[in-house]
Amino acid sequence: MPLRRWFARAQPQPGAPGLRSLAVTAEEWRSVMEDLRAAGGRLLTLWASSEAECAAVRAAALLDTAGLIVSLPVTTADASYPAVDDLFPAASRMQRALRDLSGLRASDADGRPWLRHSAWPEAFRPLIDEAAPAGNAALLDRYDFVRVEGDGVHEIAVGPVHAGTIEPGHFRFSVVGEKVLRLEERLGYVHKGIERRFAQLPILEAHRLAARVSGDSAVAFSWAYAQALEGLAAVEIPPRAVWLRASCLELERLANHLGDLGALGNDAGFAFGLTQFSRLKELLLRAVQGALGARYLMDAVVPGGMGCDLDARGAGELRALLREVSRETAKLRSIYDEHEGLRDRFAGAGAVSPELAAQLGLTGLAGRASGQAFDLRIDLPCAPYTELAPVKCGRREGDVAARVAVRFDELQESCRLLEELLHRLPPGAHRTQLREPPAGLMGLGLIEGWRGPVCIALETGTAGTIHRCHPHDPSWQNWPVLEHAVIGNIVPDFPLINKSFNLSYSGHDL
Amino acid sequence: MLKTLRQIGSIGIVTEPAPAPDEGLREREALRAELRAVLGRALCIRHVDAGSCNGCELEIHALNNPLYNLEGLGIRFVASPRHADLLLVTGPVSRHMEAALIRTYEATPAPKLVVAIGDCGCSGGVFGESYASCGRVANVIPVDVAVPGCPPNPTRILAGILAAVTGSRAAGGRR
Repeated sequence: MPLRRWFARAQPQPGAPGLRSLAVTAEEWRSVMEDLRAAGGRLLTLWASSEAECAAVRAAALLDTAGLIVSLPVTTADASYPAVDDLFPAASRMQRALRDLSGLRASDADGRPWLRHSAWPEAFRPLIDEAAPAGNAALLDRYDFVRVEGDGVHEIAVGPVHAGTIEPGHFRFSVVGEKVLRLEERLGYVHKGIERRFAQLPILEAHRLAARVSGDSAVAFSWAYAQALEGLAAVEIPPRAVWLRASCLELERLANHLGDLGALGNDAGFAFGLTQFSRLKELLLRAVQGALGARYLMDAVVPGGMGCDLDARGAGELRALLREVSRETAKLRSIYDEHEGLRDRFAGAGAVSPELAAQLGLTGLAGRASGQAFDLRIDLPCAPYTELAPVKCGRREGDVAARVAVRFDELQESCRLLEELLHRLPPGAHRTQLREPPAGLMGLGLIEGWRGPVCIALETGTAGTIHRCHPHDPSWQNWPVLEHAVIGNIVPDFPLINKSFNLSYSGHDL
Repeated sequence: MLKTLRQIGSIGIVTEPAPAPDEGLREREALRAELRAVLGRALCIRHVDAGSCNGCELEIHALNNPLYNLEGLGIRFVASPRHADLLLVTGPVSRHMEAALIRTYEATPAPKLVVAIGDCGCSGGVFGESYASCGRVANVIPVDVAVPGCPPNPTRILAGILAAVTGSRAAGGRR
């Protein structure tokens, strides 16, 4: 049981429950990662930081009911470390991004840049070098796409500006007729320097930036940030704040699921679905505004608790609306289920088998639709989920229909959880004082957002500064799987398949 | 099918009246009154996310829900800048989107109105200017109307769009 040995050597990790932290040598790095993979571990994130004398690469991996953060000091003359993308395919793009931002190189790995296009020269390391280079003219990026050759194969290039109201990214399809042979994604267009920006902000104020890593997951990211910070400051926040945070997180999940279910109907040609679900979403946002003061809870979670409170009237109105949302959604589900056109478009489209999902590390909602039954709220729960007994939702078919079904199931489950959260909301304060934590520590926040596990690794600097803050969105794991999901499908089904994953560009591009 | 029709009937028409144009959001005067009379509110919009966190996109989506019913006002989103009268730009402009935004602007036929959406579009917001961010939209292309908020709600966005096309002298352009 080699993994047990690593865990025995590891130290408790401040922040989210169930995590341990392990410092390894260059010789041990590969072996601990191999043991994690062999035990069914899933790579959560990979990032670079610096320690007293040298740079460091850190990886976080999750097992069924535990997590391990592995730190490797990098002292090699050529700033390289052993790659791990052969064990965890999701690491490939993370290794490339790590090189773009910190200059550390994974040996024997894809050498193409990932987040760096043409805005800054290769020699500039945004997370290390103080002086930013003067802005060069807006050059267009040159990127080596993998070419597919053969009789009748042609390419379709889409983006970065897409035809709908969505985020920018580039998709390169290699097709024969209508059939997709290969999709290659090129992301990084909305890279706006979030990680460098974190290090310029006071640690007690940077939750605002965390909330804007991916706006649709504002509560998840700001809670993960607060969880990391509060773990470092060793502060217990009031129970009311904990329950309010979970209420906000479930409201965020509901709003996103309502939006997606409508858009998925629309993308399959059923505009009725968009109209109905977008109405429900609007009613929900208005109720959230009435109860908590904002339609989108960008600044609800603050270090030490909550920036807003909920009175009895607001809670009552919210509960009444949630019952209506639950009732209406049940009706709409039966309409979706019985609609032959929708069934035809949803079933079998963009399928990811449980085996492929496990191999590639598909995570979160999309993972649960492909037999990857992991949900932090159940497997590694923090308060108040420890007292709530949430039900895990999942499917094994892994197609658009399965991702629709998981959303319907989770939507009803969130309504049920909210009924309990709002009913049992503990009295008392909703915020406590928080002091700046000491320098030289790392906290890790980990929250199951609507899309999947959202993670913040926060390292403290002196006098209330941030030494390093690394946010991680589950889209990192799932974007590469989308490339596999569309193989063999027809081009016109891509928008539907893409929407069924609904991945974040901003949360990925940072 | 019967269920679908019954659902449509039971919800009824939920569209609310549109807000008045908000002149306070105007940054510059680009349209002549006679042109406004032609455009009125029959407007085609191309949205460009130039680096947003995707929060503003959620509220832009809401404009099409049946309560705001943007298309009912004659305003619709189009798939190409070449079909657009107005660009709705979100985000601080990332350096990697700078060229794409300029090209989109160049592809839009005159009078190419530009409405910058959100605190980031107005000022760069929490992201500011950096090695990777050009900051506010006006640093890259001319902006007619800027709508602050994080994110601004759909009514504010609509008031900004209407300010860009109707203007103070064209009150007659309202239906």
